[in-house]
Amino acid sequence: MVRSRSSVQVLVGVLSLTLSAALATTSAGCDKLRGKKKKPAPSASPSASASPSPTPGGEGGTILIGEFGSMTGAEASFGESTHKGIELALEHINAKGGVLGKQLKLKSYDDAGNPEQATAVVTKLVTDDKVTAILGEVASNLSIAGGQVAQDSGTPMISPSSTNVQVTKDRDHVFRVCFIDPFQGFAMAKFTTETLKHTKAAILRDQTQSYSQGLADAFKDAYVKMGGSIVADESYSKGDKNFNSQLSKIKAAKPEVIFLPGYYSDVATIAKQARQLGLKLPLLGGDGWDSPELFQIGGQALDNTYFSNHYSHEEPRDAVKVFVGDFQKKFGIIPDGLAALGYDAAMLLADAMRRAGSTDKKAIRDAIASTKDFPGVTGTITIDAERNSQKPAVILKIEGGKASYVASVAPTP
Amino acid sequence: MSFFFGLLLVGFVQGCLYALIALGYTLVFGILQFINFAHSDVVMLGAWFAWKYAQWMGVSFSVISIGTSLGILGLSVLSCAAVGFTIERLAYRPLRHAPRINILITAIGVSLFLENFTQLPYVFGSRDKAMPQLLDVYAGFDVGGVRVQYFQIITVVFAFALMALLSLLVYRTRLGRAMRAISFDTRTASLMGIPTGRVIAYTFVLGSALAAAAGILTGVAFGSLSQPSSTSWIRFGLKAFICAVVGGIGSIEGAVAGGLLIGITEQLAGGYISSSYADAIVFGVLILVLMVRPSGIFGVTMREKV
Amino acid sequence: MTGTLKGLLPIAIGIAILFVFQAVGGPSMFGAYQEDALLVIGINIVLGLSLNIVNGFTGQFSIGHAGFMALGAYAGGAITYYGAIKLWGSYPPELPPGTGDLLFVVALVCAGLVAAGAGYLVGLPSLRLRGDYLAIVTLGFAEIIRIIITQTEPVLSKQEVSQHSTLSLFKYLGGKSIFDRIPRVTNFFWVYSVVLIVIVVCYRLKQSTHGRAMLSVRENEIAAEAMGVHTTRFKVRAFVMAAFFAGVAGGLYAMKLGNLDANRFDFQRSFESIVMVVLGGMGSISGVCLAAVLVTYAPYLLRDVGLDQYRMVIYSLSLVVLMVVRPQGLFGMHEAWTVFAGEAGRRRWQSFIGTPKRWYLGVRAYARKVVGT
Repeated sequence: MVRSRSSVQVLVGVLSLTLSAALATTSAGCDKLRGKKKKPAPSASPSASASPSPTPGGEGGTILIGEFGSMTGAEASFGESTHKGIELALEHINAKGGVLGKQLKLKSYDDAGNPEQATAVVTKLVTDDKVTAILGEVASNLSIAGGQVAQDSGTPMISPSSTNVQVTKDRDHVFRVCFIDPFQGFAMAKFTTETLKHTKAAILRDQTQSYSQGLADAFKDAYVKMGGSIVADESYSKGDKNFNSQLSKIKAAKPEVIFLPGYYSDVATIAKQARQLGLKLPLLGGDGWDSPELFQIGGQALDNTYFSNHYSHEEPRDAVKVFVGDFQKKFGIIPDGLAALGYDAAMLLADAMRRAGSTDKKAIRDAIASTKDFPGVTGTITIDAERNSQKPAVILKIEGGKASYVASVAPTP
Repeated sequence: MSFFFGLLLVGFVQGCLYALIALGYTLVFGILQFINFAHSDVVMLGAWFAWKYAQWMGVSFSVISIGTSLGILGLSVLSCAAVGFTIERLAYRPLRHAPRINILITAIGVSLFLENFTQLPYVFGSRDKAMPQLLDVYAGFDVGGVRVQYFQIITVVFAFALMALLSLLVYRTRLGRAMRAISFDTRTASLMGIPTGRVIAYTFVLGSALAAAAGILTGVAFGSLSQPSSTSWIRFGLKAFICAVVGGIGSIEGAVAGGLLIGITEQLAGGYISSSYADAIVFGVLILVLMVRPSGIFGVTMREKV
Repeated sequence: MTGTLKGLLPIAIGIAILFVFQAVGGPSMFGAYQEDALLVIGINIVLGLSLNIVNGFTGQFSIGHAGFMALGAYAGGAITYYGAIKLWGSYPPELPPGTGDLLFVVALVCAGLVAAGAGYLVGLPSLRLRGDYLAIVTLGFAEIIRIIITQTEPVLSKQEVSQHSTLSLFKYLGGKSIFDRIPRVTNFFWVYSVVLIVIVVCYRLKQSTHGRAMLSVRENEIAAEAMGVHTTRFKVRAFVMAAFFAGVAGGLYAMKLGNLDANRFDFQRSFESIVMVVLGGMGSISGVCLAAVLVTYAPYLLRDVGLDQYRMVIYSLSLVVLMVVRPQGLFGMHEAWTVFAGEAGRRRWQSFIGTPKRWYLGVRAYARKVVGT
């Protein structure tokens, strides 16, 4: 008994020692962190930022820009597309003399679709490579992981295509050039109720993807507000191939449309199985559909389906024509939405650098924040107070193995 | 009622696919007592080889002739058999006398290698692709409100034919007897003059061929191929492994029973309970079965002796 | 008394040193990138060592370790996130100075306890199951845990928290999307204090009667039973201890990264931990530590030399090669300091590194095995 009591005493002693040590460390650590983190509230005027800090990123004639993306792993195709878009943008920028008389140089790292690695590579970009700004990530969880590091180090970051709301929330150095899930959900709900005039929808979501969950919830909210009703809300997990039980349940609920906020290969497989079950109704979806493989996998099952996207490569605008033409020349494939967004992110960054007139991170951040009516491939981009971009969504209809432009839904507050 | 039978039918077809893969796990486990984690990657390779061969032959995505279909199937099955043979030679055989956990880690290594190597841009690439349609997946007929597709019938017939062939092989041939002898006691079997090395190699070849067939059938049934390192393949393999365990690993009837049980459970759970928890329910069934019968449904409980 | 002191003294001294190191800003001398790597390494050491208690010491085969880590991560994250809001009304990650660590310690302990509870539940089936059957059940439990977490509602903001009771907050763990804005309190001092504690606990355990009993279960369960070892009790204990430390590792992870995605805790993470244990040598504490360092740091290293694209290919191949070359793991079941001590150690060191002749013989033996029938 004596033994056990004394051991308890020692334990208490050590614990209290640890705790007091802890307290001291935190106050030191916290202040250090705070010092780094405390930034003045985001102001839209670039003039407020004339702090003479040592110019980061590249020496002499180059400005170094960092990129992180999933080049390997399960999401490798996203990283590849985005990377190609960014590469093309840099080629265009540098061919026109670069920015501020300097050439842009890209340093990109693979995060393998892993948030720990995303944190690590963004840290490396910021501290070792000393990049001026960061472009990165498609998957929202990776943008959040990397964005936190960018935020803490005061480096501006533009996510090309993370649509989850949380990505830019409370991080005043993180921006994006794509629209956000609530808007996309709203656009699709509006299109369904006003154009297709259907008021009974079913949802089949990927419960393992925050993208799919966010978009499904956004659609649900908007749709119910517009007077529609959700008759079935089913889910699957990433990697599932057999959607029969979910579709059977949906069929029994007799919806007029099915909303499928997933990625292209899942969606195309679902479309096929839905048609096999005799569900001939329209299928709706979001930007995750955008891929040439969608049509190959889905084939005729995709007739009578609609999805919202960032852009259509058939849009008759000049910016789109130039981008699609050059992209095809360079890579031999038609660019998807991710490539277009990667391109826009890099272009917008270069534009902000020009407007900032320096490579000071703070000045660039402020310049990005004050972006207004930037003519991008994916539409006219205005960065709002939440650091999201306000721009229209395009709605495409698939018929006969081809997606064609149907309508644009403008952002309404 | 047609709702129920619809689920049952699809569950049954899915169960046949699981069973084909589960047989590969069960064969290897029965003989070497280790979980071949690379098995699901052989399934993946089967489907992707078929895709690659179809590309080379210039097969379009519309429905193609039966001859070409069988040709692609045969080539792909042969290639996978060769891959299975190579894996066994290079990675597992040198570890024959090492602790089982080492072979397991090696299997994880092989699995990661196959996934990440074939994902490289110049092998298969990292995009999900469309599977060439070796069968028409829409043609079918109605029975009392339940839609039956011809490809489902073909899948079931094909799967059962393969299983029947396998059990003939295991129970009626010399090779099969040798396999059973090894699974009973490797040392004694080799003392009785059975060339254990060769028989084990045959086992891998067989298992891989079945896996390839299952991979192709899956690809055709669903029309899409997840990219090589997608979790889709691993999860598919994992489910099949669960089937093997539920049925009693090492037992051929067990693999089939487990496959059908899990395939149907999955559908019914998704249809009647909740699609979000369907996977959790499958694992729940697994745990329950093992609580009641610690060696699976058809498994033989071995008394360990000192 | 002396026994207890002997165990606690190294921890106290070590923590004091770490504290001073952190206070003078030691970790920052590595540079932020390397410091980040060090934190991840530390967390993986804790993870590997905890699994080592089940797989290494007790010889039970668990492949569901990620489930415990997930529980710890979400419990720890929820406690610091909601705790900060409830107690100080502060919106994470902005915490009042000094409060973060207090909460952090509570959160880590709770994370460990939650996971340990689950460990007890998972340990129970080991009463009946053996070998691979147990393995697949642990994996099943881990997947069920992950699926349940994915069903939780999005995290509440500061304003919303006040409308909910404290208990109901556990419905809002952000499993559906991402649990963001967890205060990032984990630092070098904390990670390596935990590493230190775990190492000492494992080392003392290995030397103790408990540890010996566990090892006996691993070596021969029936013989152990015959010698009067209550095998099931030790198996369950091993599971509970391992789960506790895995939970702590999860807590450290959550508060290092600042955000959680439930799908990162799938079976692939469990496999990663198993690789560390087997690579290090089942039961060898220093071996597992070294393996954790190697496995974790390899991606960083390959990135630095520009082999990003082939990282996983190289990793997987070296895994196979290492298993073929050193089936017993880096140190077998020995410890680094006993492996290389004395005359026997010198010989072991030679066999560890080998000579050109040995390498040649090894390759030849391998080739023979491959070619032979």
